[in-house]
Amino acid sequence: MSVITVERKVLEKNDIIAAENRKKFKENKLLVVNLVSSPGSGKTSVIEKTISLSENRLKLGVIEGDVQTDLDAQRVEAYNVPVVQIVTNGACHLEAALVRDAYKKLNLDELEILFIENVGNLVCPAAYDLGEDFKVLIVSTTEGDDKPLKYPAMFRNSSALIINKIDLLPYVNCNVENLRNNALTINPSLKIFTTSCTTGEGVNEWIDWLASKK
Amino acid sequence: MHELSIAQSIIDLVYQYLPEKNFGAVKSVNVKIGKFSNILTDSLEFCFDALIKDSPLQGASLKIKNIPVQIECLECKTISDIEPPIFLCPNCNSSSIKIISGTEMQVVEIELKDEIMEEK
Repeated sequence: MSVITVERKVLEKNDIIAAENRKKFKENKLLVVNLVSSPGSGKTSVIEKTISLSENRLKLGVIEGDVQTDLDAQRVEAYNVPVVQIVTNGACHLEAALVRDAYKKLNLDELEILFIENVGNLVCPAAYDLGEDFKVLIVSTTEGDDKPLKYPAMFRNSSALIINKIDLLPYVNCNVENLRNNALTINPSLKIFTTSCTTGEGVNEWIDWLASKK
Repeated sequence: MHELSIAQSIIDLVYQYLPEKNFGAVKSVNVKIGKFSNILTDSLEFCFDALIKDSPLQGASLKIKNIPVQIECLECKTISDIEPPIFLCPNCNSSSIKIISGTEMQVVEIELKDEIMEEK
């Protein structure tokens, strides 16, 4: 029986393009943040609140990823921030090639920080490097405090965690300390923020941290 | 959920290794999938079979070797197998660990059927 040895990573093609993206972002001294969460945790709201509360302190740009519609891009565009929408037409995650096509539509020289809002999904985006500096995971209090244990790969692969919708804590069954401890069990180096994009609580701490990374 | 994309990436890699005249000669594609790679192996097999239907790879099987999650403790240097989602060193309970295997998705080798190779 003949055997052909391959020994290559399945996602090698994506990893190569991600490395090219990362090189380009480094050349432009751009901080690139891959925002990941379940659908509806508040990724776009965090972007909006970051834009409005940072008051032009950060030169932000946004790549929006969605299965359908450019509704998120419209929301961001209302703040006069450069934005490009990727519509995946059903695909459950962004890939490096989609991000490469999208960033070419932005003037990177004008930006300091680029948010890539991934498709809302805590599984598939964990496997696809986009060329970002790090991933920031958003989990909302309405999702419950056991999310880290259910989706460990995403928590393990992220650098920071934003616990969002803390204004809803009186109405939902979520213990933030449990959520925090569960997340730290999976990834002890996670930097954790608690925010409400409705009241603005906690968002400035996140912005200060973000600004310190650029 | 993304097993279909992963199956397609595996097939794309296989085609890179097959000279045109050997199409149809593939007996199996052997892959390593880490247990912490978010891949459901049954689903990956299903997607692979669906994608190779009526293609030159039809009939090839996907042989999946599951790789356990192994960590190295950065404190006591012990190497251990663990079960996610608990990432603690079983020896000293430290959380300062490095994952050394269990996240891989790799095409290892392609097995060809003998009879087709003999015709060459």
